[in-house]
Amino acid sequence: MANTKKILLEHINVPGIETYEVYRQKGGYTGVEKALKKLTPDEVVEEVKKSGVRGRGGAGFPMGMKWSFLAKPEGVPRYLVCNADESEPGTFKDHYLMKCLPHLLIEGMIISSYALGANKSFIYVRGELMYVIRILEKAIEEAKAAGFLGKNILGTGYDLELVVQPGGGAYICGEETALLESLEGKRGNPRNKPPFPAVKGLYQCPTVVNNVESIATVSWIVNNGGEEYAKIGVGRSTGTKLISASGHIRKPGVYEIELGLPVDEFLNSDEYCGGIRDGHHLKAVVAGGSSVPILPAHLFMKTANGEGRLMSYESLSEGGFATGTMLGSGGFIAMDETTCIVRNTWNFSRFYHHESCGQCSPCREGTGWMEKVLHRIEHGHGNMRDIDLLVDVAKKIEGNTICPLGDAAAWPIASAIRHFRDEFEWHVTNPGAASKPGAVYQHLNEMSV
Amino acid sequence: MENIAPQLIKVTIDGKEVQVPAGTSILEAARMIGPEVAPPAMCYYKPLKGTGGKCRACLVKVTAGSEKDPRPMPKLVASCITQAQDGMKVENYSSPEVIEARKGVVEFLLINHPLDCPVCDQAGECHLQDFSFEHGTGGTRFEEDRRTFEREDIGDKIQLHMNRCILCYRCVYTADQITNKRVHGVMNRGDHSEISTYISNAIDNDFSGNMIDVCPVGALTDKTYRFKNRVWFSKPVDAHCDCEKCSGKVTLWYRGEEVIRVTARKNQWGEVEEFICNTCRYDRKKTSDWTIEGPMKVARHSVISANKYSNKLVEKPSFALKYAAQNYKEVDDDRPYDKNLSEIKKSEDYKALMAKNEEFFSK
Ligand SMILES: Cc1cc2nc3c(=O)[nH]c(=O)nc-3n(C[C@H](O)[C@H](O)[C@H](O)COP(=O)(O)O)c2cc1C
Ligand code: SF4
Ligand code: SF4
Ligand code: FES
Repeated sequence: MANTKKILLEHINVPGIETYEVYRQKGGYTGVEKALKKLTPDEVVEEVKKSGVRGRGGAGFPMGMKWSFLAKPEGVPRYLVCNADESEPGTFKDHYLMKCLPHLLIEGMIISSYALGANKSFIYVRGELMYVIRILEKAIEEAKAAGFLGKNILGTGYDLELVVQPGGGAYICGEETALLESLEGKRGNPRNKPPFPAVKGLYQCPTVVNNVESIATVSWIVNNGGEEYAKIGVGRSTGTKLISASGHIRKPGVYEIELGLPVDEFLNSDEYCGGIRDGHHLKAVVAGGSSVPILPAHLFMKTANGEGRLMSYESLSEGGFATGTMLGSGGFIAMDETTCIVRNTWNFSRFYHHESCGQCSPCREGTGWMEKVLHRIEHGHGNMRDIDLLVDVAKKIEGNTICPLGDAAAWPIASAIRHFRDEFEWHVTNPGAASKPGAVYQHLNEMSV
Repeated sequence: MENIAPQLIKVTIDGKEVQVPAGTSILEAARMIGPEVAPPAMCYYKPLKGTGGKCRACLVKVTAGSEKDPRPMPKLVASCITQAQDGMKVENYSSPEVIEARKGVVEFLLINHPLDCPVCDQAGECHLQDFSFEHGTGGTRFEEDRRTFEREDIGDKIQLHMNRCILCYRCVYTADQITNKRVHGVMNRGDHSEISTYISNAIDNDFSGNMIDVCPVGALTDKTYRFKNRVWFSKPVDAHCDCEKCSGKVTLWYRGEEVIRVTARKNQWGEVEEFICNTCRYDRKKTSDWTIEGPMKVARHSVISANKYSNKLVEKPSFALKYAAQNYKEVDDDRPYDKNLSEIKKSEDYKALMAKNEEFFSK
């Protein structure tokens, strides 16, 4: 599948593509013209539905379906909010997209807002990315000057105001209801659901929250048709996906892949990751950002039935949590044999401990507990009982919390113990050796790839 | 004539059926059946809008979603914020999965709790004590350091022991909803969240004292009552007065002839329905300030009722107690202090320790 179709990053290397003039020369904003002049809002929703594009923020919920759930009571404003809070360890695609192609997002926002009947839309950008916020604001000014934003856009009578909001500086503000709270100026605590944002969202009005990448696909879909988009990809994983590749690979970076690309090709071909760094081999992979279960190399490359895995929602989750994982937000982290899984798991747990909002007791107390136990094991003070304790605590958090951060904190730990239990046990039985900096347990019958 | 009565729906909880108005939560429906099926609630507080969903003590299993869609729900749900549906079937005390999850919630609430009940004013009327007695285990699996905070005065009448707080947010909602200006809230995140006022602001307004009553634990205590008494030594009496600020309906807590504390009245579920003003709470501590109505009806199983009134007044939630007894035996921990003492006494370690002790004291 060499040189697969690029939908989002087609013009990424064109000099000056971040400016309105160059973006327009390359065919930018034709999607807005087509949508606003030739299509009704419902027709745009219909195209997005036909495309089968799934939310790129992590959960993979079909975008067209989400849009059609939006409540439309008379006389109540509706809102579109773009989730650009991207803070998941291992995920950095939205950052790249906004930095290099701000107009692609803005074009998507205009079309999506039109489709949903929103006259004021928000882009909630991770607070640390101040320079990206300035890029977006500049792009909005340019679009406004060209008549694509503001009152009576292109003479169609449609008004839209676009607001960029710096985030509150917390991972949890990426959870959609916490994001809405934060956007309203409150503490970023996730809300109890139901009611869902589609019914009561921002300021208690019907709201759609979508990821940056999801919204950026909309202009291509409108220009080329939903059916055309659905032809790309495999099965229910339609279209292309941005993957943030990091870890022990030769060429880390953001890649646009056609969904259904074999993982072997993604990992080893020179078009993408370029293989594991010289002299080393793959040990484990976190395929979709830190929240998804970690997989050992052999289960990542092939499913438990021996089929080669593909980069798609379905293929990666084949085997459930026992032997599979999830595509998540596409944060691909490859680890070679120099990685200590216990240390890595502790590191992740530290993140979730730090980022729990502290509303519900299982997540608030459990994340801290797990981090402390993992810290002990990693530093040579663990015992065998601790390993089962971690599994049990993770189980008591999972599914019992207000928002999915609890699950996200539990999964990496549960999966690391599921697949690398011997490594945890080695830390307990060889505390001296294991707690030395850089010490890594060598699996006996490791599958090298 | 048009029927304006709300539509009634049928819900089954632990095998008991009840008819409730549409829109009722599972927890409220269970309370209508009675204490034997009512889930515990550590954060939900009916009189305060928006409470609930946080502590996860009230998790239940929905085995049939509704008449129309009888599929079970995939996860346990928080009964205080989940609306009952017509034909819904719920398992509460009868589900081992629920009991196990609650055991987890008790454990989570206790790992960073100081367990200083012997010196805590709330002991004896503490919901966390009740909850852990009914649903917890005897031991702990937590070996790490607890997170701690400094004690803090918030205003001249209330002291905050953040270490004891379970972050139910009730006091925050109270300040939001019954006082005209909230000056305290939750700072920070995760297990370092704390209830606090910004830059040591004092909380002073006429209804702030109610935060003490809504607090399920001993995190917010009445400074005029601190360390004066253990609740089970006092006699609660319902009384009222003509107050221009509040309903004036209170409970007086007597020790001997002296009124040592004034609180709002709590119902069977430990909830205050009529909040009282600070004048009634702090400044009317003479019997002559009040018209006495009679002994407080203690409807919860509580040490407060012990040896005071006839047992008939106390409706014991026998279901809960039965499960508590079962859980109590099921200690899944293999450390020595959970074993039989006689067994421990036989061990070499124990003998060595005793020998060392003797050596020490003989010097
Ligand atoms: C703890 C947590 C953090 C999240 N962070 C992000 C994020 O940074 N960016 C994002 O797009 N979605 C994030 N999500 C997912 C959002 O809640 C939501 O599902 C998503 O924005 C919906 O957009 P989509 O349908 O386009 O994927 C997060 C979810 C959770 C539970
Ligand atoms: S699961 Fe964690 S992050 Fe989510 S609401 Fe509960 S405490 Fe907050
Ligand atoms: S101080 Fe009391 S009422 Fe306030 S959050 Fe803590 S436990 Fe709840
Ligand atoms: S009472 Fe329902 S979650 Fe706290």
